[in-house]
Amino acid sequence: MRALLLTFLIALLTLPVAAQNAPDYSPEIEIQAREIGRKLRCVVCQNQSIEDSDAPLAADMRNMVRERLSAGQSEAQIMAFMQHSYGDFVLRSPPVQGNTALLWYGPPALLIILLLWFVFRRKPAS
Amino acid sequence: MTFKAFIPLLIFVVFCVALAIGLTRDPAKLPSQLIDQPFPDFAQSTLFDETQIVDQSLLKGQISVVNVFGSWCTSCIYEHPGLMEMQKLSGFQMVGINWRDKRDAGQNWLTKNGNPYDVVIFDPASVLAVDIGVVGAPETYIVDKTGQIRYKFSGALTPEIVVREILPLIAKLHEEA
Repeated sequence: MRALLLTFLIALLTLPVAAQNAPDYSPEIEIQAREIGRKLRCVVCQNQSIEDSDAPLAADMRNMVRERLSAGQSEAQIMAFMQHSYGDFVLRSPPVQGNTALLWYGPPALLIILLLWFVFRRKPAS
Repeated sequence: MTFKAFIPLLIFVVFCVALAIGLTRDPAKLPSQLIDQPFPDFAQSTLFDETQIVDQSLLKGQISVVNVFGSWCTSCIYEHPGLMEMQKLSGFQMVGINWRDKRDAGQNWLTKNGNPYDVVIFDPASVLAVDIGVVGAPETYIVDKTGQIRYKFSGALTPEIVVREILPLIAKLHEEA
């Protein structure tokens, strides 16, 4: 009885595997694809990556990432392709460029300015 | 009172103005990347004939209104009567992209509601849709005679949009070449 139950429970463990719908890619491609997928924003549900999203468009984008990896494309090529269609928005990490300079350099600049101000303000007192 | 006393207030005001400008922007609205860019190359079958493959040459030589739709798309039905009216006008072709649909479902939907398109491209796996930056159906693009995308509208078209934006743009594109 116990052995039977155990067999049944072990059989249950294989169910999640059956639930995967795109098993025909090699593990290396799958790992790479997930890494790339996490860097791409789902354009439908905008606060999720395409790996996290259940939107049909995200599913198609996930497939495209895998197809392109299988075809030998690099991560940079895939990112460039997605960016061509959807712009910087599709990248979850904003690129360092003109319109994001304030975002990237603002906080450290503010910190330095405040530190300098703090240091030079205290000097006359000592 | 010195000028110095007003500095915190000044910073506060600048901050408020920056935030107020931020509030007027809709972060859900994505700018289209492909305005004034060539319509991407593609090769897809048509919805009504699996064996007929169309490509980007379809969009050269005449002005095209390209409309992304699907039988599953609930708001597509609202713009459909407007598309049927547009079909009666001349000076441009109407191209449909049947997006993420089953072939028979797409065909049935057009049979039931009327087919305003001269050609319908079948795109079940978003291949063309992702290339042109589709976010959600319906979406409408205007492509000029040289195959450049000149306009994009996201959401269901309304008579106001067609009369105020689309038809004047088509008239302007006719003057261009």
